[in-house]
Amino acid sequence: MSAPTDLDRRQFLQLTAATGGALVLGLQLAGCGPQPTVDAQGRFAPNAWIRIDPDDTVTLLVGHSEMGQGVLTALPMLIAEELEVDLAAVIVAFAPADRAYDNPMMFIQATGGSTSVMTSWEPLRQAGAAAREMLRAAAAMRWQVPVTECRAVAGAIHHDASGRKARYGELAADAARQPMPHKVALKAPEQFRLIGRDQPRLDALEKVTGRAQFGIDVDLPDLLTACIARPPAFGARLQEFDATAALAVPGVREVFAIPAGVAVLADGYWAARTGRDALVIQWAPPPAPAADSHEVSAALRALVARPGLRVRQDGTPQEVLAQAPQTLEAHYEVPLLAHATMEPMNATAWVHDGRCEVWAPTQNQGGARDTAAALTGLAVADVTVHTTHLGGGFGRRVANDFIAEAVSCALKTPHPVKVVWTREDDTRNDFYRPPVLHHLTAGLDGDGAPLAWQHRVAGPSIIAQAAPDLTPAALPNRAPRLVKNAVARGVALATGMIPDFVGFEGARENPYAIPNLRVEFATLRPYAVPLGFWRSVGHSHSAFAVESFIDELAAQGGEDPVAFRRRLLGNHPRHLAVLERVAQAGDWGTPLPPRQGRGIALHASFGSIVGEVAEVAVAPDGQVRVQRVVIAIDCGQVVNPLTVRAQMEGGMAYGLSAALFGAITMRDGAVAEGNFDGYRVLRMNEMPRVEVHIVESGAAPGGVGEPGTPPIAPAVCNAIFAATGVRIRRLPIDPALLKSA
Amino acid sequence: MMSFDLNGKSIEISADPQMPLLWALRENLGLKGTKFGCGMALCGACTVHLNGAPIRSCVTPLAAVAGQKVTTIEGLAGVELHPVQRVWLELDVPQCGYCQSGQVMSAVALLAGNPNPSDAEIDQAMSGNICRCGTYHRIRQAIHRAAALMQEG
Repeated sequence: MSAPTDLDRRQFLQLTAATGGALVLGLQLAGCGPQPTVDAQGRFAPNAWIRIDPDDTVTLLVGHSEMGQGVLTALPMLIAEELEVDLAAVIVAFAPADRAYDNPMMFIQATGGSTSVMTSWEPLRQAGAAAREMLRAAAAMRWQVPVTECRAVAGAIHHDASGRKARYGELAADAARQPMPHKVALKAPEQFRLIGRDQPRLDALEKVTGRAQFGIDVDLPDLLTACIARPPAFGARLQEFDATAALAVPGVREVFAIPAGVAVLADGYWAARTGRDALVIQWAPPPAPAADSHEVSAALRALVARPGLRVRQDGTPQEVLAQAPQTLEAHYEVPLLAHATMEPMNATAWVHDGRCEVWAPTQNQGGARDTAAALTGLAVADVTVHTTHLGGGFGRRVANDFIAEAVSCALKTPHPVKVVWTREDDTRNDFYRPPVLHHLTAGLDGDGAPLAWQHRVAGPSIIAQAAPDLTPAALPNRAPRLVKNAVARGVALATGMIPDFVGFEGARENPYAIPNLRVEFATLRPYAVPLGFWRSVGHSHSAFAVESFIDELAAQGGEDPVAFRRRLLGNHPRHLAVLERVAQAGDWGTPLPPRQGRGIALHASFGSIVGEVAEVAVAPDGQVRVQRVVIAIDCGQVVNPLTVRAQMEGGMAYGLSAALFGAITMRDGAVAEGNFDGYRVLRMNEMPRVEVHIVESGAAPGGVGEPGTPPIAPAVCNAIFAATGVRIRRLPIDPALLKSA
Repeated sequence: MMSFDLNGKSIEISADPQMPLLWALRENLGLKGTKFGCGMALCGACTVHLNGAPIRSCVTPLAAVAGQKVTTIEGLAGVELHPVQRVWLELDVPQCGYCQSGQVMSAVALLAGNPNPSDAEIDQAMSGNICRCGTYHRIRQAIHRAAALMQEG
């Protein structure tokens, strides 16, 4: 059934939607009045996403960032479904930074948390439907016929009885004078002609011909390229520098200090890079250097030896554990990880004529706009953010550090400035996935059935670091800077005292029917290494701990890992359906040769449930070869199945890369790894064959960008156990543990 | 001033002969399809053809290509897309797309020397091209498909 839905803009946004109740901050966004229906170019502009020119050009604007996850195709599909236009006939463009495109789950215009489709599902279909209704009304008025007789098909309104037809362009001016409908009927799923069907990426052609414009490709008249010398350790400060040799490099134009370090501006990257290498700089060591990785590891061990803050309790786990006939205990540890996007960080800024323009591959247009306004002292309205394609995001490009660098440079020169990072800059100045230790204890009855589960998670807090930076951009544009700063300080104080909700996500939501269950989190502080959101965030390690330990419990009781999970998932039919599908498609239970094994893992995140079966072969020298991965996903309503499959393949590969190789090492207050030789990532010869199966559930749309990542590490480690009897409890996987005797 | 053949046209360029070809292509010659990823021939994003063979332009000094033939992603298609580009579209290979110019250039060079590569040969030839989006599985399929397409003529 088609149900009328309310078009009123939601005016109250609560931080609780993302925090799960940990932090409540009610915000009222001002200045969100009705949109004008004609834009500055005289086009029909019924809302923020649709522009229809009198020459019949239909432009669909995408306020999200395209970093490979397919929003540049999926979001226009939602609009086009209701607007009744062919995707081949529209132009798709990146929207500017504007509060109209705020992500309702993130309170700013930003892309992350696998939220694009789930938050756009209703508003974009409504946007398309509202525009269609205005076009129908315009045609009805022009032809003096009832609007119910006017059909919208493929970019035109038809009146069958009289055989009349008008293209949307011909109706654009009249449609702009129609009242905005208050209610619109949306199609029922069986009426979809685009949603749920494979739609090839709209940006594929420009990406196979080299024409897609990424941030690093931005060019402007008189542009200078900057390379920045950054501190050699986190917290080190610039004392003095000698630019003589740098300025002697042909092409180097200016050298100056900015908050991030020393910037060398030149006619191109090579001169800037050569100039930067010629700088002589004295750095003051950090007052409190970041701890070495092995010290952090020891500190986390000490933290999980004592109780942390309780984030979930069912029953009386401590009492039951003390009396259980048998108990099992294990530690699971993961290291710091870099994002390593293929396109190194970069941004271009130009301060001119009382304005600031920024061109950037950003996941956070709202934050970029606010950062530029704060640094330049300009009003937000005088800042323009142009979004380019992103050469990978994975959560790295939520941070605004590279935006701030470009704006800081642009403030000191009349030229537009493009800051370009080297690969080593990128690896050593990331906002990293934190190092985390999980301590699990289970009590089992005499038959091996789990009675109690205690899960302690310890790590530094991402939210305590990120919240003060992310908060100001989420506040209304017109809020005075003093207010924004005060709120940011309050958020910092609050988040320093509460458990980091992204630190234990996925551990707290443990779906297994265990009557006595407790989850705790302990914050490691102080912690000097910058932390951030790494594809799937807390789920990237909580799935490893939960799904490995469940496998240990199954093995303890001599039970098949699929049968064991099935028994404990009776109350979760969607989980169960994914488990059955992936086990069947993954040939669960069929024999494999010696030192080969199959492992399974199942994990829900970002509104979707993903199961993965990995097949591994372990060589006599301990090298692990992942030969095949079968994935099943229930992401509720599917918009573009082609994208769902691609995101499952890619999300899995991203997690596999980390499981096999990923580790950032802190040594002497700095990151030891620099380029892809030190920070190894998955290559073609290490990529398994992949199959993806979509499980239909009829549920609301879930995310797909991240949920493919969490299950692969435990699936592979469980497969290694099946192949060798060795349990991997620390990532990345150490082949030395797996040598055959 | 030095000259070389770029995508079938003779060009002249006046620049630091030690500057990597990558930056000459991107900044002096305006061909931005070739990408910077690592600067050390570790990731393959900068792959172009030198006399038909794949090279990493980020470590190839401009002086090394004097008088020779360089082909970039912009020079691959004629009136129609190259068959490798066509199958890349058919199998919807790209995600973020940043590495794909290099992937396509490596794949074209592989197929020119080995019209019907096995999985192992594909892995060998393509393992120098990193993709962080994890499109490897589709690239492997696409190369097989392109091989079939090119043999059909």
